[in-house]
Amino acid sequence: MGRTFAEYVLGRAAGHPVSANEVVTVEPDFCMSHDNTGPISRTFKRIGVKRVWDPNRLVVILDHGVPAPSSDHAINHKEAREFMRGQGAPHFYDVTSGGGVCHQKFCEEGFALPGQVVIGSDSHTCTYGAFGTFAAGIGRTEMAAAWATGAIWLKVPESFRIDVSGELRDGVSAKDFILKVMGDVRSDGADYMSVEFHGEGISAMSVAERMTLCNLGIEMGAKNAVCKPDRKVFDFIRGREKSSDWEALWADPDAEYARALSYDLSGITPGVARPHTVDNYAPVESARGVRIDQAFIGTCTNGRLEDLRDAARILKGRRAAVRTIVIPASWEVYRAAMRDGTLDVLIDAGCVVCNPGCGPCLGAHMGTLAPGETCISTANRNFKGRMGDKESFIYLASPLTVAASALRGEISDPREVM
Amino acid sequence: MSGILKGRAWVFGDDVDTDLIYHNKYLAETDPRNMPQYSFEYYPGKESFAREVKPGDFVVAGRNFGCGSSREHAVHCLKEAGVPVILAETCSRIYYRNAINNGYPVLFVKGISSAIRDGCIKDGDELEVELETGTIRDMTSGRSYHGDAVSDLEREIMSAGGLIPYLKSRRKEG
Repeated sequence: MGRTFAEYVLGRAAGHPVSANEVVTVEPDFCMSHDNTGPISRTFKRIGVKRVWDPNRLVVILDHGVPAPSSDHAINHKEAREFMRGQGAPHFYDVTSGGGVCHQKFCEEGFALPGQVVIGSDSHTCTYGAFGTFAAGIGRTEMAAAWATGAIWLKVPESFRIDVSGELRDGVSAKDFILKVMGDVRSDGADYMSVEFHGEGISAMSVAERMTLCNLGIEMGAKNAVCKPDRKVFDFIRGREKSSDWEALWADPDAEYARALSYDLSGITPGVARPHTVDNYAPVESARGVRIDQAFIGTCTNGRLEDLRDAARILKGRRAAVRTIVIPASWEVYRAAMRDGTLDVLIDAGCVVCNPGCGPCLGAHMGTLAPGETCISTANRNFKGRMGDKESFIYLASPLTVAASALRGEISDPREVM
Repeated sequence: MSGILKGRAWVFGDDVDTDLIYHNKYLAETDPRNMPQYSFEYYPGKESFAREVKPGDFVVAGRNFGCGSSREHAVHCLKEAGVPVILAETCSRIYYRNAINNGYPVLFVKGISSAIRDGCIKDGDELEVELETGTIRDMTSGRSYHGDAVSDLEREIMSAGGLIPYLKSRRKEG
């Protein structure tokens, strides 16, 4: 019997072969945390350990509220800053033009590496699976414990195989595909599982598109989500990698799966997740004409250069009918979009371009919603009230669909305006 | 925690996400003792929970309780309010780990999701819960349910009072 990706990577980390449902204790290759580093550091101090087990393994990236929108946020930032300095931990990304959304920065900085184990005190840590990393979100208490001990207990998850063939048609993107998958699997259909994306359809996708897929693994309940690391990944990490101890690992063809699905990308059409759950999928036609008050393009799901270019493709030479907020996922993305003219196109179309960070995705600042307002967003969650008032509404969609909707002031099929 | 726990039920549906339990608006709060006042503020029909919940009351929910964010606030706000245990059909992976690591029990109760949907268990029902055996009796309706026990490692962490006290006790032994 062959092994799954999760069995290979956790077996490598544990130092012996492992099988699904076994509990192993492993040393994480990197530990990611963000604005919650301050509270984690307080819990860490309660354990009674002075130094973290390995300061080089901590990666802290401020992004949830940057620059600080309130003194409470500022206090959390200050604590994180002082803690990292006090520990002599070098991988600290402060509120500077070297920052960005934690998951984007983590990958750009070469911490997401094939065959490694990463834990992060953020649920979208699963994004790094796009690089063949076993990456799972955990809570703050667990992070404090991992810093102290260099160890975390993990149940080797059962695996869920998704085979993907065919090619996306013009006007359709990876986001449309994963929204459809989430609608089929439902928000707990991959609970505690490792989701593996297989097939030619995935090989043909860019690293950015694979990050979008893996990012949304958690919205199906997955522990982690992963794509096979290939040349595109190796090219991306070359010159960036923060560790040489990585190894491209992948599932055997005869590995055992708890669940499997297959999709042909050529059959995917633009779609949305309607309020207030991520699995409330509908083809864009059935939401067509819903009036919107705001459009938002950004986040760890869809704030990369490819996504901003998609939006610019729709909005070029036109004018958004509603307020449209654009937040590049990092300053690297920001600069690239500035250099190639993408930002000019978006600004000419009336978009407000904000500094990299999570922005209004979690309702902190930069575009929160008033009662009764509706936003169409490229983010990953449309929970009730997530972006502001509890009587507001969020639709999730691809950057193309969000831009097309911004153009018309109502939910629209991008294929009609391209 | 042993013996029979008695309290009222607060009943929720499936897919109760972390923003419904504890909204991201209050994430900058870091003291668990200040968290109960925000519990379920965004859950339609449960806006009064934070004001009216009494220590000993139970949270009863369907499938996938605590889906979404990794925030531990969603565990703290209920634990600090004195809710002794969550009774749910299933809960999300991260929520479950956060609960265990804070020494907070979650019982997985078969059939509770459909019982909620069918109105067999309602807000205000008087419940008796035995954590040792996983037995749940609804004294109002006369129905019984059964919750699954946790694994050995999880039990060890919980009986120490959570991951931090567990690690501290292990350091002393080592």
